[in-house]
Amino acid sequence: MRVPEELRYTKDHEWLRMEGGEGVVGITDFAQDALGDVVFVELPAVGSALTRGQAFGVVESNKSVSDLFAPLGGRVVAVNAALRDEPELVNKDPYGAGWMIRLAVAAGESAGTLLDAAAYRAHVEAEQAK
Amino acid sequence: MTEARRPPLHDAHRALGARFVEFAGWAMPLSYAGVVEEHLAVRRCCGLFDVSHMGEIELRGPTAGALCQRLTVNDVSRLRIGDAQYTILCNPEGGVLDDLIVSRLGRERFLLVVNAANTAADVAWIREHAGRDVEVVDRSAELGLLALQGPEAEFVLRPLTGAALAGMRPFTVLQTAVAGQDVVLSRTGYTGEDGFEILADAALLPVLWQALLEAVRRRGGLPAGLGARDTLRLEAGLPLCGTDMDESTTPLEAGLGWVVKLHKDDFVGRAALVAQEAAGVGRRLVGIELDEPGVPRHGHAVCRDGEPIGTVTSGIRSPTLGTYIGLAYVAAASAVPGTPVTVAIRDRRLPARVVARPFYRRVRQEG
Repeated sequence: MRVPEELRYTKDHEWLRMEGGEGVVGITDFAQDALGDVVFVELPAVGSALTRGQAFGVVESNKSVSDLFAPLGGRVVAVNAALRDEPELVNKDPYGAGWMIRLAVAAGESAGTLLDAAAYRAHVEAEQAK
Repeated sequence: MTEARRPPLHDAHRALGARFVEFAGWAMPLSYAGVVEEHLAVRRCCGLFDVSHMGEIELRGPTAGALCQRLTVNDVSRLRIGDAQYTILCNPEGGVLDDLIVSRLGRERFLLVVNAANTAADVAWIREHAGRDVEVVDRSAELGLLALQGPEAEFVLRPLTGAALAGMRPFTVLQTAVAGQDVVLSRTGYTGEDGFEILADAALLPVLWQALLEAVRRRGGLPAGLGARDTLRLEAGLPLCGTDMDESTTPLEAGLGWVVKLHKDDFVGRAALVAQEAAGVGRRLVGIELDEPGVPRHGHAVCRDGEPIGTVTSGIRSPTLGTYIGLAYVAAASAVPGTPVTVAIRDRRLPARVVARPFYRRVRQEG
């Protein structure tokens, strides 16, 4: 399970990478592995306003449908259009080509409130121990 | 919630790093390497499945054949010893109780391989109709079942058995040895590929699995789980009992009219099916293919010109085709391939078409 140090995480297994005032969002290596082969990703319209924790889309395997949750509030400025024809990018490269949305993070929101890599790792281990 | 039952090969699956799924009360392997990879391995080469959750019911006695003929819709009288057939158990209303493969192992001996979720109900139903001279034995706990599927299946099996595989036709059964173990070998499957199913005493399963898996891997194949089994059967257009058909649907509606022999002796459900055939089937299970990405799921509404005409029963992204496909019951008038429809997935209405089943048909090897 890869958990890059420079990213921030949610307990729902999304990651966030800050680039200036914008945050790129995807799902973690652990999440893609648990889902199995991703066959469809539904993403919001560019321009959508999201509040922190709001469901912004779904990721589906042939067996399951899972909601995606916004790590922080903000406005969607881009979505990964490549996932329409190649949803398997989420499995192949969850932290790179498998990214999902880019958010203009709302004022007052801070990535510092999310889990860091060590805290996320501990969260996953605790979930697995259940 | 009771603990899920474990098949005899549970430890072997765990050692292979399987992801498990609970299915009909059994903890079965969902996948090992990944559903898509396993699916494609079966289409291109071969895969080995543990399907020990399936139920096995044996009927023995002078009227075992007559009982089978009375309870199933296909014509058991056609079966010689060593023949098998796909068939259906119906209720008196013509609804599907279960689908199964019946094999004639002896003059007065028939073996039914049934769905795991229905085994107990099937046994009770059969016993209810059995006369005193038929023994109805539930052998599900003592037997295990493996499925070796794919174009390379025969080549994988050849070095492991003395049986004359090349002359073994689809839907025939042989009592033989594989890897030195006594098995019932049948040329059957649920993937749309050539292949075999290997039924054996549960205690023999680890040895059989090991020998077959080594042979499969040498040939370039993979162990495969229930995830791939589901996507393979759907591409092959094979309905799944309990998902695509149940007591509220008839075999005629499910597109299984070819299985139903209305002109054989009377059988449970016949009158209802004769009446339905005469009146015309009101809805049909059809293939649908979406024009845009989106996974049709059981229960999604199907519309034509904005009017609801049916419901999805299964759907996947087809690993072979790369498109999104499903099975759906639609009004008979809309069951013609090419009919434009929409599928309601959450808040979207996706354009789709009715298409011919199966979605995938294997190229048969000649000679």
